[in-house]
Amino acid sequence: MDKPKTVKVLKFHPEKCDGGLLCEKACSKVHFKSDEGGDKSAIRIIKDGNSYKMHVCDQRGLCLDMCPVGALKRKKNGIVWLDKEICIGCQACVGFCPIGAMRKSDARIEPFKCISCGACVRACPNGALELVEVKIDRIKEVVYHNLGAE
Amino acid sequence: MVEGQIPVEEYDTGNTKHKWDLKKIKQAHRVVSEYSYKKGKVEKGYANRTLYINLRTKEIKEKKVTEKMKDIFTGGRGFGLKLLWDSIKPTTRWDSDENELVITTGPLCGTTQYPGSGKSLCLTVSPSTNIICDSNVGGFFGPYLKFAGFDALEIQGKAKHDVLIIIDGEKGKIIVETAPLEEKDTHLLSEQLTNMYASEDIDKSRQKVSVVTSGKGAENSYWGCLNFSFYDIRRKVPRVKQAGRGGLGTVLRNKNVKAIVTKVERVSGISNNPADPVTLAKIGTKLHREVRDLDRYQCNMRAVGTAHLVEIMNEYDLLPTENYRFGSFPKASKIYSPKFYKYFTKIIPDGCWHGCTMACAKTVDGFTVITGPYKGQKVTVDGPEYETVGCGANMSIWDPLWILEFNFYCDTYGLDTISTGTAIAFYMEMYEYGILNKERCDGLELCFGNSYASLEFLHRIASGHKGEFVQVASKGIRRVKDWLINNGWGDIKLIEDCGMESKGLEYSEYVTKESLAMQGGYGLTLKGPQHDEAWLIFMDMVNNAIPTFKDKAEALHYFPMWRTWFGLNGLCKLPWNDIEPADNAETDDPTKVPEHVQNYVDYQSAMTGNKITKKDLILQSERCYNWQRAMNVWMGRGRRKDDWIPYRSMGPVTEMEYISRKDRYDKYLAEKIGLSEKKIEKMNVKEKMKILYDFRQDQYQKLADAVYFRRGWTPNGVPTPQKMKQLGIDDPKMLEFLKETIEKDDKACLNVWGGKYSKGEEPPSIQPKYWEKW
Repeated sequence: MDKPKTVKVLKFHPEKCDGGLLCEKACSKVHFKSDEGGDKSAIRIIKDGNSYKMHVCDQRGLCLDMCPVGALKRKKNGIVWLDKEICIGCQACVGFCPIGAMRKSDARIEPFKCISCGACVRACPNGALELVEVKIDRIKEVVYHNLGAE
Repeated sequence: MVEGQIPVEEYDTGNTKHKWDLKKIKQAHRVVSEYSYKKGKVEKGYANRTLYINLRTKEIKEKKVTEKMKDIFTGGRGFGLKLLWDSIKPTTRWDSDENELVITTGPLCGTTQYPGSGKSLCLTVSPSTNIICDSNVGGFFGPYLKFAGFDALEIQGKAKHDVLIIIDGEKGKIIVETAPLEEKDTHLLSEQLTNMYASEDIDKSRQKVSVVTSGKGAENSYWGCLNFSFYDIRRKVPRVKQAGRGGLGTVLRNKNVKAIVTKVERVSGISNNPADPVTLAKIGTKLHREVRDLDRYQCNMRAVGTAHLVEIMNEYDLLPTENYRFGSFPKASKIYSPKFYKYFTKIIPDGCWHGCTMACAKTVDGFTVITGPYKGQKVTVDGPEYETVGCGANMSIWDPLWILEFNFYCDTYGLDTISTGTAIAFYMEMYEYGILNKERCDGLELCFGNSYASLEFLHRIASGHKGEFVQVASKGIRRVKDWLINNGWGDIKLIEDCGMESKGLEYSEYVTKESLAMQGGYGLTLKGPQHDEAWLIFMDMVNNAIPTFKDKAEALHYFPMWRTWFGLNGLCKLPWNDIEPADNAETDDPTKVPEHVQNYVDYQSAMTGNKITKKDLILQSERCYNWQRAMNVWMGRGRRKDDWIPYRSMGPVTEMEYISRKDRYDKYLAEKIGLSEKKIEKMNVKEKMKILYDFRQDQYQKLADAVYFRRGWTPNGVPTPQKMKQLGIDDPKMLEFLKETIEKDDKACLNVWGGKYSKGEEPPSIQPKYWEKW
């Protein structure tokens, strides 16, 4: 199988964001068929002084090596995908994500994450979000199993 | 850095591949008995029924779990004790028809969110001790047993021929069938059965099967372990964890059970149907993060598992070398954890149950076997864990590859590495003294460090060698002591003092000579000398935090109760204190890890929906702990005389040991016994050893006095009916039996303190029959 070489990740333009959170609502629609946003959204927009920050998965894939049942894999298009039919809800990926982008909602035991579907990009009236292509080799990260403190 | 993010399908261990005609093997099976059951739902951690199988009468039935059973026994090991109490007699021995092998789960077993939640607790009347032995083990079997519909499995009676027991949670069927053609050794048998019973020929299906096996070694020794499988979708082998202590595998094979297979239809994060899954996920995630951030600065479990202890134990003079004569050794650095890290496969989720991010279950893949029937094959070796490496040190084997070889064969032959290693170490010491020799060992040169001879010993056990030495030596240290003494070979006291067994069970791998509390941690135990009840060496010896008998007794009450709790719930103890919150040292009681204890309060509450406190956890344990001790008494081995420990665990048996730590012992004679320096200088080693011997024996008896009193027992170590009633136990048979026993002890003048109390010293109570006033 040819391994994917690139992946689309979200890029945020804070200067264009008005904090309307339509992106979050669109995202929770994708994952939970609900327009609540917030805890049910894989992308989070956080107020940061006078500006905004985006918090979302960057597809580095450290979680891939955490999954005991192989529910996490890199799809052909390069994104890290959680198959919730296989997932046994252990939260290892949630606990080990270095940026807290693997999310868990109270609505179900299986976590969820950004799949670079672009729903949020399309939902933003201001063009504050875009999907950009990056090389997987440059972002890829491996879970530590080193002996001793680094 | 080793490459990560390898797709699961592309992993390759490089192991030797096996091809079997599984169809033909399966066709040879004949159904012995069959039972269909209605599949149920697990509610708040309980399946609410247990499964009973009698292999002699062919009866298979379900037993209901009552609310009272949950209240008194909680689950897991507690359920096991209750089921055994209802089924065995005081005269039941390991090979009696009515003896049972019980495998239990516990209400928290099978949770995926909190690390260390997949343990099974196995109980039986042990061939080594003739009392109940409980042994906890990872792997998928326990969770699957529960998800298939049962909180526990009882196997009674013996089958006529080798059989398999299949618990099919997919179809709701229990089948017992003959299995004449399967392999016997674990690494082959578990692979055959996993492939045979997987619903489809894919890894996902194989991961839904778990197998309990033992091996040829278990058939011919008293050290049989149970191997619980967990299929690894990356390595593509069923890996195994061991219920090692007490000969449970020997009982399995004595019942002619080749294996127990369980399979489930589906596993999800809420298969236990917890009362509050949101809270469960929160406390679980909190612990995952602690492990992520702190493990590499604390225990390095994720990198090397429990093997990280080797260097620490050697540093503190606690690593048993040459049969516990010494606690450290110049060659020890050859088997420090970095030497094994080199061989371990990395970047794989190594939990023995889903969601355990502590991931201490390390393996060496593609290991080339050095000796025996599998010589030259490449295999996956599960481990080694600290205890197994410690056995290497104890046998004076300082080569990681030989320790791996020992580990592999013990596992696949179904032998407990601890009992086997400790026993061989004793035989080696006897060999050094000439009490054993080449002739008496059927030609084996069992001297310290002889790895070939050790492995040859294992191969002879597995092949059913008829030589007298193998026949006796494979039954353990206690039997060998009797054999040596009956033959008039060697000094009786030397033999008794050197052989590291108590209650008939071999010691695990820690040197306890300088920690009185830990001597109690091994001796004042239920099943025998195993460190799972208490590990107090640092608290006692290094930090001197429990100086008085009362302090030590409190620790020997709290910690055994606390550690018992894990076994009632189907949990692993390691995530309690092998990872600690960053601010743990600043809490009021760091040794208890208060934040984690609170986690467990929240965890059990979230599962069962019952609001509980920290005190309730200890109460749950106290009921079962006292019940088990009472059962020991009932079976004739639960009193002061049975808590005897060999002097090797208390102090120097030989002059060499004294001289090797002369400064330490001379200082002890001066500071603890109050001898003047002048006097010490004038004495020879033998005289000094005698004084030390008498003093430490008396200290141990005084410790037992304090502990019995704290636990609510008589001075002879019998739980009192008054204490049992306080704990809410009202079983009339039990209470009446205890009352009678105490009266008998009284008539025989056995209700007296064991220590010699001089002026200024007081026993725990001066009231005779103090318990009657409770």
